[in-house]
Amino acid sequence: MDQILLDYLPIAVLIGIGIFFAVLLPSLSVSLGPKPPKDRNLAPYESGMVAIGEAQRRLPVKFYRIAVLFILFDVDIILLVPWAVAFRKLGVYGLVAMLIFMVMFILGDAWVWKKGVLEWE
Amino acid sequence: MDALQKLMFNFFPLLFLFPLAGLLLNVANGRFWHKPIAGIIASSAAGLSFVVAILQWVALLRQPDGTVIILGTWLQVGTLNVPFAFQVDTLSVTMMLVVTGIGTLIHLYAIGYMYGDPGVTRFFVYLNLFLVAMLLLVSAANYPLLFVGWEGVGLCSYLLIGFWFDRGEGGTGNANAGRKAFVVNRVGDLGLILAMGLLFWQLGTLTFDDVFAQATAVFPVGSPLIVAITLLLLLGAAGKSAQIPLFIWLPDAMAGPTPVSALIHAATMVTAGIYLIARSHVLFALAPVSQTAVSLIGASTALLAATIATAQFDIKRVLAYSTISQLGFMVAAIGMGAYVAGIFHLITHAFFKALLFLAAGSVIHGLEHGGHSDPVTLQDMGQMGGLRQRMPITFAVYLVGALALAGIPPLAGFFSKDEILAAAWQANRAVYIMLTLAAFATAFYMGRQVWLVFMGEARSETAVSAHESPPIMTIPLLILAALAIVGGGLNLPGVHTLGHWLGHTLGHGELLSFNATVALTATLLALLAVGLAYWLYGRHPLGAAATDPLTQRLGPLFVLFNQGWWVNEMVEWGIKRPFCHLSTVLAHSDEAIFAWAERQLVHTVQRGTAVLRRTQTGQLNWNVAGIIVGLLLIWLLLRFS
Amino acid sequence: MEFVTPTINILIVLPVLLVAGGGALLMLLELFMAEERVKQWAPTLAIIVLALAFLQTIGLWGQTHTTFTPEGSSPMVILDNFATFLNVIFLLTGFFTVLISVNYLPRVGLNRSEYYMLMLFSLSGMMLMGMANDLILVFLALEVLSIPLYILAGLSRPRPESEESAMKYFFLGAFSSAIFVFGIALTYGATGSTALPAVLAGVSNGGALALAGVAMMLVGFGFKVAAAPFHMWTPDVYEGAPTVVTAFMSVGAKVGGFAAMLRVFVSAFGSLGQTWVPAVAVIAAITLIIGNVVAIVQPNIKRMLAYSSIAHAGYILMAVAASVNSPDGVSAALFYMFAYLFTNLGAFAIAIAAERKLGEGVMLDDYKGLAKRSPLLALAMAYFMLSLTGIPPTGGFSGKFFVFRATLEAGLVWLAVVGVITSVVSGYYYLRVVYLMYMYDGEGELHTKPALLTAVALTVLATLVLGLLPGAWYEITKQAALQGLQVLAGG
Repeated sequence: MDQILLDYLPIAVLIGIGIFFAVLLPSLSVSLGPKPPKDRNLAPYESGMVAIGEAQRRLPVKFYRIAVLFILFDVDIILLVPWAVAFRKLGVYGLVAMLIFMVMFILGDAWVWKKGVLEWE
Repeated sequence: MDALQKLMFNFFPLLFLFPLAGLLLNVANGRFWHKPIAGIIASSAAGLSFVVAILQWVALLRQPDGTVIILGTWLQVGTLNVPFAFQVDTLSVTMMLVVTGIGTLIHLYAIGYMYGDPGVTRFFVYLNLFLVAMLLLVSAANYPLLFVGWEGVGLCSYLLIGFWFDRGEGGTGNANAGRKAFVVNRVGDLGLILAMGLLFWQLGTLTFDDVFAQATAVFPVGSPLIVAITLLLLLGAAGKSAQIPLFIWLPDAMAGPTPVSALIHAATMVTAGIYLIARSHVLFALAPVSQTAVSLIGASTALLAATIATAQFDIKRVLAYSTISQLGFMVAAIGMGAYVAGIFHLITHAFFKALLFLAAGSVIHGLEHGGHSDPVTLQDMGQMGGLRQRMPITFAVYLVGALALAGIPPLAGFFSKDEILAAAWQANRAVYIMLTLAAFATAFYMGRQVWLVFMGEARSETAVSAHESPPIMTIPLLILAALAIVGGGLNLPGVHTLGHWLGHTLGHGELLSFNATVALTATLLALLAVGLAYWLYGRHPLGAAATDPLTQRLGPLFVLFNQGWWVNEMVEWGIKRPFCHLSTVLAHSDEAIFAWAERQLVHTVQRGTAVLRRTQTGQLNWNVAGIIVGLLLIWLLLRFS
Repeated sequence: MEFVTPTINILIVLPVLLVAGGGALLMLLELFMAEERVKQWAPTLAIIVLALAFLQTIGLWGQTHTTFTPEGSSPMVILDNFATFLNVIFLLTGFFTVLISVNYLPRVGLNRSEYYMLMLFSLSGMMLMGMANDLILVFLALEVLSIPLYILAGLSRPRPESEESAMKYFFLGAFSSAIFVFGIALTYGATGSTALPAVLAGVSNGGALALAGVAMMLVGFGFKVAAAPFHMWTPDVYEGAPTVVTAFMSVGAKVGGFAAMLRVFVSAFGSLGQTWVPAVAVIAAITLIIGNVVAIVQPNIKRMLAYSSIAHAGYILMAVAASVNSPDGVSAALFYMFAYLFTNLGAFAIAIAAERKLGEGVMLDDYKGLAKRSPLLALAMAYFMLSLTGIPPTGGFSGKFFVFRATLEAGLVWLAVVGVITSVVSGYYYLRVVYLMYMYDGEGELHTKPALLTAVALTVLATLVLGLLPGAWYEITKQAALQGLQVLAGG
């Protein structure tokens, strides 16, 4: 019984950390942010998207490019972490496979960089 | 099969490839070349093809049982397997030699005849295409492939009859003649297609060897199915070989250039029907009823066409009806089982009838290029006369051809016709009497023609200014004349060279002995007919505006003959008019019923389309809804199936 | 648990690697070379890569291999005649697409360097579709196939139609992919595996869960091949995308979808055959009716060809439905796709030649009088239209013949009747193009360059050969189908 509960301890810790940051960050921004807040700070999305108005209109695409790149790196990390954990077991095969993956990934990043996706304006 | 023979059979595809290459060369480059080059290329192609045919013949001499050459698969559908297979045996090689040999001579002749015609390249392309199709027809080893050649020659015939499509009655006469030939031939083709369908249904194969091997086992002699099959084959043969009741297209087909008449409508294509029946002889042997029908149709065609020929004035129409009549002889012969006699007559006829047509062409050419050209009178024998002095070579070869056709010994026609008569004497007296009468009429109308055209005095300005044709035309004529003289040697009574040769394919046993009574009767009758022609036309040559003395002698019969027994009119009133009326009625009822239904259908489809179109809104929500509905539909179908 | 290295035979997937590697090489070149130079060399490089892959593929004909086999499990990748034959189709599609693109892209101002790269990536996905022996790999291949196409559809940005087309394709594609993955998950739940042989073994005991998986995967494939009612994206996307992309998509994506569909449905779900056949047959019938009927009223050739391609998906679906109860179903589908490849790309080649500027000259009225100004190309277009209608002697006719025969053999008489009737209907809109070309006067010229003419000549030739000598080619598809099915059935 206790053992089973103990197994869930890390999850409980994770939930705790989540709640902690969820409370901490807004309160930090409330306490440290400039006062009075500007209109832009009060907007629901700080991504530049206007929340109210017509649905069919042009959107600034820069945010989404960054978001997509973020997701790519995210996925990259999701794959890298378990690989690192099982590194010894996977051996040379795992190393080579991951190398191929990383080379492709880095090639893509380099291409994106060259194409100027990372430039803001 | 020894190595040398194998080597020679390896050359077989060249038989087609030469004319094919010739026509492709002409199609590709014809417009850039000086005109006569097209003719030279086409003629060389035909000549080379002839050489290949000779090689096949030599190969067969070493081992005459023949072979089947398979070049690949053409159709493979279910149990129907049709390869590109070719039969090289004594029968097909004989046909190849005739087709390419005579074809080459006519190609050469055509260089001279068509000189200066603006469409000469097109002409030679068609001519080479015809050779390809005809060779395919005679060398195919299964019915479908034969049918391809069959349709191919039909197409070429149509194209060449209408070669001068802007000429003729009302500017469309020639085109109409071509169309008539095509439509009438379609009736015959239908017979062939149905026969193939029945054969495949019953035997499951269309390859000659298999069909003949199985037919004897599957069909009892005289069973209704085999009678139906053979009668349908006969219908096909009647269409292509211009037999009763489908012969009406051939006289009109003379609208084509004369080399075409000689090659296609006298020497080769029209004999395809005879070849078809000879090739299918195993099937006909199983259906005695059909054999009798074949010989009766042949004999009555021979007689009917011969009577018509006696009362024609157009030089080529006489020859056309003569061709129908002679084809009748051949059909009658193969109907009686005398295949060798039929094929023998086919060969000699190819010699002398090609000769006659080409010589007639030479006459027309001589008149046309004499300074006075009036197309209406160019072929009217009433306007000719006295051409003997002006065109001596043409006259000489024409005389040879006429005598050969009339059956005067020792020319080619005598021997072959005599064999047919001898066979008829044995097999069927009614057929014998009809054929003998036809032979009598033949000798008469040829005599009439020679006197009208060449003897006496010129009866028109055009005839006065006529002159001999160039050597490129007369040399093939001389060669053909020589063949018409010695052609009988192919199958001399008692020797039977051709009989033994064809026996390898058609079965040995049919070697008729010489029948002196029949031969003597036929010769005497022929001489009598020639004498009669002299009595009518020779003693007192016709004046410029005189009417044919035959008009008075025969009275209403002459009108009957001249109008071709009104067969055309009968077809017109009995078939074409009712058909047109029916079409009109159907067209009106179509307008009334189906057009209305069609409009309703169109409205329905349009309304339906409008509804379906409304589902195509282009909105994402709607598209997603469609996917969900589809998923539900599939789920339901999976659950309840 | 001890990790054991899976057995890998690189040679088997070499064609795919070559194609994908070609795409990667183009990316690499862009890093180090001027963009103009890359654009200049990209088509040549693509052709070389495709040719190498083609040679390798041809060499693998007749062989059966499996690779990427994890310890104690089924191989992920299978290469048999089925896959090899489909790879030939894909590589030819790529080849013809390059030929028709090389002059078109600069002419309409779309010469972006990423075009060939994305095309090659998508091609590698298509090739994997036919080779996948595991549902996970099927999904992976599906995405590799799709994502470059989403981008290609929007290539002529900032043209609103193109952007709309890309967005729509992407959203709906993502949606259907989600359903598809859900289907895989349910199938996994029902059978305990994603490997096709294991699915085959377990699916008949899977109950409703397995049926739900089948239904959802059918939706996913139906979307990719543009079967009704999952077709609604097709006209908008085909119209908005650059014409060369439309051409590529109309053959590549469709055949890709069918490749995996045949593999999964005929083998892995084979034991459920009697259950899913009615569903596929009904989908086929709806697709045939909607595609052929709505195509009638389309004034735009790209939209017309879009509905036409929906209709052709219907014919192939007929063969899929027939494949359970007839030994000829799979080979009929393969033959149909082979003939469709040439005919459709040929028709698109002419549509591309007729497109004056981006999006101009794509209306049917623009084809008026084409026969007078460009008799040979008009003749070729007429021939393609005859082939699409299914009039002999064309590859389209042979394909339809085999499909109808298989459908009848399988006892689906009503479906064959629907197929024949809708074929007759299709004559209306196909032959209208011929009618417009030959019976009217009009202006507008064709942009013909050697590459495009080569593509037209080759496609006409192939369509003719398939029309005149279908027997020999049908034998090849028969071998592909036979060997493919045997291997799958045996695991």
